[in-house]
Amino acid sequence: MSSAVQTYSDTTSAVFGRLTWDSFPFHDPIILGTFAVVALGGLALVAALTRYKVWGYLWTEWFTSIDHKRIGVMYMILGIIMLLRGFADAIMMRLHQAMAFGDATGYLPPHHYDQIFTAHGVIMIFFVAMPFVVGLMNYIVPLQIGARDVAFPFLNNFSFWMTASGAILIMLSLFVGEFAKSGWLAYPPLTGILQSPGVGVDYYIWSLQIAGVGTLLSGVNFVVTIVKMRAPGMTMMKMPVFTWTALCTNILIVAAFPILTAVLALLSLDRYMDFNFFTNDLGGNAMMYVNLIWIWGHPEVYILILPIFGVFSEIVSTYSGKRLFGYSSMVYATVVITVLSYLVWLHHFFTMGSGATVNSFFGITTMIISIPTGAKIFNWLFTMYRGRIQFEVPMLWTVGFMVTFVIGGMTGVLLAVPPADFVLHNSLFLIAHFHNVIIGGVVFGVFAAITYWYPKVTGYKLDPFWGKCSFWFWLIGFYAAFMPLYVLGLMGVTRRMSHFEDMSLQIWFQVAAVGAFLIGLGILCFLIQLYVSFKKRESLRDESGDPWNGRTLEWSTTSPPPQYNFAFTPQVHENDAWWQMKQQGFQPPKEGFLPIHMPKNTAAGMVLAGLATVFGFAMIWYVWWLAAASFGALILGAIIHTFNYKRDYYIPAEDVATVENQRGEVLA
Amino acid sequence: MANPTRFPSARTVGKTLLATALALSLAGCNWVVMAPSGDIAAQQADLILWSTYLMLIIIVPVIVLTLMFAWRYRSSNKNATYKPDWDHSTNLELVIWAAPLAIIIALGALTWVSTHKLDPYRPLDRIDAGKPVPEDMEPLVVEVVAMDWKWLFFYPEQGIATVNELAAPVDRPIKFKITATTMMNSFYVPALAGMIYAMGGMETQLHAVINEEGSYEGFSANYSGAGFNKMRFEFLGQSEADFAQWVADVKAQGSPLSRPAYKTLEKPSIDDPVRYYSEVMPGLYDAILNRCVDPGQVCMKDLMKSHHAHHGEGAAE
Repeated sequence: MSSAVQTYSDTTSAVFGRLTWDSFPFHDPIILGTFAVVALGGLALVAALTRYKVWGYLWTEWFTSIDHKRIGVMYMILGIIMLLRGFADAIMMRLHQAMAFGDATGYLPPHHYDQIFTAHGVIMIFFVAMPFVVGLMNYIVPLQIGARDVAFPFLNNFSFWMTASGAILIMLSLFVGEFAKSGWLAYPPLTGILQSPGVGVDYYIWSLQIAGVGTLLSGVNFVVTIVKMRAPGMTMMKMPVFTWTALCTNILIVAAFPILTAVLALLSLDRYMDFNFFTNDLGGNAMMYVNLIWIWGHPEVYILILPIFGVFSEIVSTYSGKRLFGYSSMVYATVVITVLSYLVWLHHFFTMGSGATVNSFFGITTMIISIPTGAKIFNWLFTMYRGRIQFEVPMLWTVGFMVTFVIGGMTGVLLAVPPADFVLHNSLFLIAHFHNVIIGGVVFGVFAAITYWYPKVTGYKLDPFWGKCSFWFWLIGFYAAFMPLYVLGLMGVTRRMSHFEDMSLQIWFQVAAVGAFLIGLGILCFLIQLYVSFKKRESLRDESGDPWNGRTLEWSTTSPPPQYNFAFTPQVHENDAWWQMKQQGFQPPKEGFLPIHMPKNTAAGMVLAGLATVFGFAMIWYVWWLAAASFGALILGAIIHTFNYKRDYYIPAEDVATVENQRGEVLA
Repeated sequence: MANPTRFPSARTVGKTLLATALALSLAGCNWVVMAPSGDIAAQQADLILWSTYLMLIIIVPVIVLTLMFAWRYRSSNKNATYKPDWDHSTNLELVIWAAPLAIIIALGALTWVSTHKLDPYRPLDRIDAGKPVPEDMEPLVVEVVAMDWKWLFFYPEQGIATVNELAAPVDRPIKFKITATTMMNSFYVPALAGMIYAMGGMETQLHAVINEEGSYEGFSANYSGAGFNKMRFEFLGQSEADFAQWVADVKAQGSPLSRPAYKTLEKPSIDDPVRYYSEVMPGLYDAILNRCVDPGQVCMKDLMKSHHAHHGEGAAE
């Protein structure tokens, strides 16, 4: 251990590793203030939950639930909570950069600022965008394919808690120790033990390793679910487009996440055991890390955007009251993007100095991806063509997306031209580009999806007024926040700067800060929307289960769907299965129900992920005895869980009949 | 434009278009990436504009059609045709795949050609659009070391070195050889040419030329830790005479860069002042690159040689 802290007595460090009183940021008023707010908020929440006696309910109905719908909702809640944290980081950065000019140093010390931009990137990608996307797939995919749950229901619960465990570790770094000051991909040699001896990089490594296990297992789960559990008659080319994109995304997850795990493991060996994979000396080479992390990293952006393309396909077709234009070409475009996303990683570092032919190759493969993506945009366009478009809130997000995303796509292709990238790489132009596609694509898509499927999940629609407010604040806020960054990039301003000398740049940063503030209002409107809709739920209630005149099978169930989703597995004859059933005057069956075989809840996922959190924490702080003990307990716990044979039960036919007939009465 | 006889470049056209398109006046703004002072950066700016124009051929119609269709086919407009089951048209499919394909073929060709032409490793063949490099003109060699957190520049031809100040005569090609001590940085002078990484134990190269006299900003464009923010230097484009004077000043005002002086300089520091070195220990840049500045360290190139020799022996057995 090259730099384990040796200044404390051996006994103390044997028990607490490198954890000491100095690890707690008592000296930093900003962090202390944040901690106070979080702690008070947390206490208030705990008190409220205890007061209203909901702990038991949460435990049995949510935390230990293996119902894909409940897990999907938990992912979405995790995403919303982490969005607030990630956005707090964003607004702090925007405010700081708008202030830190000339003699003014801004309000954040550089080491704090560096942690914030690192945390912002890591949180937004791994703990906001990923939980949102996985949560949507969790809720919707089994319903769309007419299944009662995913292929491995326990694994699904375990995946969620592993993701939550990573999020807990990263939140902990705010108050115990520090987070990485390295940028969101933690390039060595900066993240080597000599350059970053603190716990920040270790927090980074272990939170991503633990969450990564969850994501990978979830990927396996969904590939199997989609391949094996589709309703009879639903051939591959009759799957809803969202399910298709989910399949491709999960294939990407299964193929890409092991690379992330491996590269972080190699970095850990460098840091913990004096290996030299990525050091400058002894044959190490940091560019191996850069290559490997982007071989994961580029597919990752498609993991995020592909399901969102699926969301928009569903929404555009539903609100246009029309079949999706060019279903097969949409599917082929998705598959082509899936394959090509593995052939472009080097475009993230043309400036490494590869030869012109290598750079051209990766530049051109990148551009080729824009062809299927362009085809998708045209397909949505021609779905609107000769439709009857209802401008409900999801459709607003969709039009906002189509206009915004093509601009981001254009700047992306521009960055794929190597000599152009040489002048724009690492500049604020690049920052503007990827926020253009991630906000304009993924975030808009997630809000569209939440609004679209909310009545399915809760039984009532979201209030459209606050939804529209949220949309317009986000849209205008996005342009105000990021168009100035494009301009600054063309002025040669580079990313990750905590202070500027050139006063003429300040106005652009001030505009961007106003934009970030508007986005904040957009988020606030969304939260108000959730609250107002809950208050007005009786007037917003949807009894039909199909409020938008939907086309796919999830709309054939009640809202919220019964625990078993479908009393009878539906028969699929063509695309847009539910649309076709409606055309043929489908009536839900009233008798002949059979007992339904269902998986049982279990606490194992939460327990195992809890042990993983302890293990990660112990590894970060060099508390070796605790690391050994928790890892041992984790393995033992997993083995013991395999001996749990009480995994399933039957819902009696009478109960099914009761639930189904209730629905019949409501509809009649 | 430096050369009035030159065919109106994309940049000239583009400046006007960009200004109107964004409704922003360029006057008073410092869009250095789009209006640089070196020929390589100028060609890169042209490339940005041509690529953008090519893509706008697709992007503008898409945005216009999106808004048009959204308006025309709104549900309240009962005059618009409604065809709920229309979901396929082979001709339309051909167009929507072929149109982006055509643009990408054009852009791909542009990329292939420009990437080779503007390869930073490729020696220059022109000073600017109308002026090829004279046959007897050798490039000025500058060896660049990104240190924690300052820039060290060696001038082997002049026998001097500087910290955080770089100078070069105008209209003479410059050949940069770039490495780093520990952190990875990116060497970037936007007015001169695109960036390239500076990495420990490795050497990258950049060929460029500055066409206008002046003082320009240079900096690291890759975050490298605590001192990154201040890792900036001044790049001076000078006339031959001024450059000669600058070299003389460095020699007169500087001290020698010996091994001990380098070891002191190597210690991490932030916001370093400009420093001049009148002479340089022979082979210092090479030793930094091969990570063998301290006496007794085996240089990486020798280590690899001996490793290869050893390996060859083993294989022969």
